[in-house]
Amino acid sequence: MSLEFIIAAIVTVVGLTTPILLAGLGELVVEKSGVLNLGVEGMMLVGAISGFGVTVMTFNPWIGVLGAAAGGAAASMLFAVLVLQLNSNQVATGLALTIFGTGLSSLLGLSFTGRIVAPFLSVFPDALAKDPIWRVIFGYSPIVYFALVMVPLTAWFLKSTRAGLILRAVGENDLSAHSIGYSVIKVRYAAIAFGGAMAGIGGCYFSMVITPMWAEKMTAGRGWIALALVVFAGWRTGRLLAGAYFFGILMALELYAKASGFSFLPSQFWAAMPYAMTVVALSFISSRGTAGANAPACLGKPFLPST
Amino acid sequence: MPDPAPAAVARLELTGITKRFPGVLANDHVGFSVRPGEIHALLGENGAGKSTLVKMIYGIMQPDEGEIRWNGRRLTVANPKAARKLGIGMVFQHFSLFEAMTVLENIALGMDAKIPARDLESRILAVMGQYGLKLEPHRIVSTLSVGERQRIEIVRALLLNPQLLIMDEPTSVLTPQEVDQLFVVLRKLAAEGCSILYISHKLHEIKALCDTATILRGGKLVDTCDPKVETSRSMAEKMIGGSLKDIQRGAGRGFGPEKLRVTRLSMAADGPFGTALKDISFTVRASEIFGIAGVAGNGQNALLLALSGEEPNHDPGSVTVNAVEVGQMQARDRRAQGVASVPEERNGHAAVPVFSLADNAILTARDRLGMVRAGLIDPRAARTYAGEVIEAFSVKATGPGAMAESLSGGNLQKYIMGREILQKPQVLVVSQPTWGVDAGAAASIHQALVDLAATGSAIVVISQDLDELLSLCDTLAVINGGRLSRPMKVSEAKIDEIGLLMGGIHGETAAAEIEKVAHAAQA
Repeated sequence: MSLEFIIAAIVTVVGLTTPILLAGLGELVVEKSGVLNLGVEGMMLVGAISGFGVTVMTFNPWIGVLGAAAGGAAASMLFAVLVLQLNSNQVATGLALTIFGTGLSSLLGLSFTGRIVAPFLSVFPDALAKDPIWRVIFGYSPIVYFALVMVPLTAWFLKSTRAGLILRAVGENDLSAHSIGYSVIKVRYAAIAFGGAMAGIGGCYFSMVITPMWAEKMTAGRGWIALALVVFAGWRTGRLLAGAYFFGILMALELYAKASGFSFLPSQFWAAMPYAMTVVALSFISSRGTAGANAPACLGKPFLPST
Repeated sequence: MPDPAPAAVARLELTGITKRFPGVLANDHVGFSVRPGEIHALLGENGAGKSTLVKMIYGIMQPDEGEIRWNGRRLTVANPKAARKLGIGMVFQHFSLFEAMTVLENIALGMDAKIPARDLESRILAVMGQYGLKLEPHRIVSTLSVGERQRIEIVRALLLNPQLLIMDEPTSVLTPQEVDQLFVVLRKLAAEGCSILYISHKLHEIKALCDTATILRGGKLVDTCDPKVETSRSMAEKMIGGSLKDIQRGAGRGFGPEKLRVTRLSMAADGPFGTALKDISFTVRASEIFGIAGVAGNGQNALLLALSGEEPNHDPGSVTVNAVEVGQMQARDRRAQGVASVPEERNGHAAVPVFSLADNAILTARDRLGMVRAGLIDPRAARTYAGEVIEAFSVKATGPGAMAESLSGGNLQKYIMGREILQKPQVLVVSQPTWGVDAGAAASIHQALVDLAATGSAIVVISQDLDELLSLCDTLAVINGGRLSRPMKVSEAKIDEIGLLMGGIHGETAAAEIEKVAHAAQA
């Protein structure tokens, strides 16, 4: 195995990992606030098309990323109003958001089909970004670095800031948080918006970096992997990062099997691996009984104060 | 401590406070005042309007009429935050704590001002030292005892330098020693000028602690009196608005043959926060009422499930009823052997909230009372039986068709107790039979248990309320950490000893741990 090959493999894995890492981080914060948003896939698709569309119109990928965040957040607000204001069932509403996001992104994408933008690649000089060795550090889209910075930032926010403490408290015991005087609804709105924005940015990685064009359903189920990732990680940011890379490696194996034709197993086997591993990991975690201890106690329950 | 207001001005004065809910007048022109440094009891049965009243003082609700004066100034308390800003602290009956978080995080969440974690920790240690409240700031709340949890709430309230501390039923879950410790803290606070509004229905505590007692009944103020002058009985009668009935026991009661025998019963803990049962043995004879005392979370739930058959044991001989080994039997088979049980949780465990009372009767009485024929439910038999229970236990309900959830807690409890008792079980196991039930209903439940015992049944009562066990039971044992103490005759039992057993060795090691931590912090 040559060094070039290893570097190529790392670059591939990092690229595949970034969208699920971003969406997973967002969903982690949402779930920590006690809300289960199953609409990650839908929000990623809305992010993918809004990021792409804004880039086409402004010729500025930075504004495009902001557009993706705004698109994902806007989609998530639809969910937020339904579950927070009208106390609709979070699971059903999240599934509806995915279906809605899939449809909406296809509709918005009609006028952008066939258009191409310049991929949003590394901003470092080519000498570094294209160097066969150094590209392992400098050869990525700014979105990749953003995702990596967001991991410790999210961990720090949840663990060490007062706002993070309140957010966890709301997810742990919404009625107590309410009785102390915190606004459960406001905290959850903010968390859901953050989750939407992160999913949106994760989605635009597909349409602006991996394949700089729009295709329907281009996120290909990664939103679901991001959801599984949060449970897989036991609601911890560090483990989320590790889990994202683990899934990234499995997805890279699929690509490798497809591209090289080398395989003692069909590529579909590798494509199924992340999902199979999720099931295995979840059974393992729940059999040890540790998943329950760290799961937010109010996850998925509507907030119904008596007063 | 804040500047004490001039003694002539009341710390808190309520006039004509009225609060209406749909169909209920929760508070009807209630007025009283609390002086600085006074320990003022608010006394009343469940539903008398105590909670509603303090919720208005703490800003959780707003009164429809009436005025609140704070240190002589008329004001409205918009929300709990505003209340805390005024210097009103509250310790809730059901702790508003976050199980998966540390003591420190829990306290930080209760603080309105932003205080860096390190400063907060040193202030917490200072307050704990000042009042002798022991707590380890970095412990996760789910690992703490109920008494320790309450200390978190108290420390949280004290950090705000309150001028008025509201305590809602603070002793309902504490051991006698913990109650004593709490009273020391409260007296010290009062001596420093902090007023205390103490909500309770435990009259001997009010007599021991409080300077004044305001008694509420049905939302109305009945009397404001000096508890040191009144007797427990006179206050109780004001509280329930009638004369108090003592438990009537038949004379010359003896015990019959052994009915229930538990031998070296052990059970694994269920779930991360459950308690394992370790080597539990005891026997209950016919006509005997056997009490199991203990602080919540020491294996009471597991024991009830193990006795009722919801959690069968691998050892058939671990539980015998009338010498029949039932250890491996499911609840239904044990019921056929004459075992009935009433778990602690009324809604969702003892009864299905969205089922009618008749349907709920079928759930436990179907076999013993023949409510199922050829696999089909006989609804008339169920309705008749539910009607009998409602009649015999004066349950306030619209009839056998009423939904279980539509009944008040006390009425549902009476119904559930009645449903089991009228099946004339050989062995009845009940947990917290009068939890959250008003004094009148509690008295009738106690009487029903005594009457059932008189007919020759063996009864096991699991309760956290020591007073209840002492007045009701013949024999008493204490459960702590999943182990059961040696049974003792109630007539010979000493409160101190029971209290120590309830605290168990766990309490001592916890104290030693705290000492260690305090030393480490100083070093």
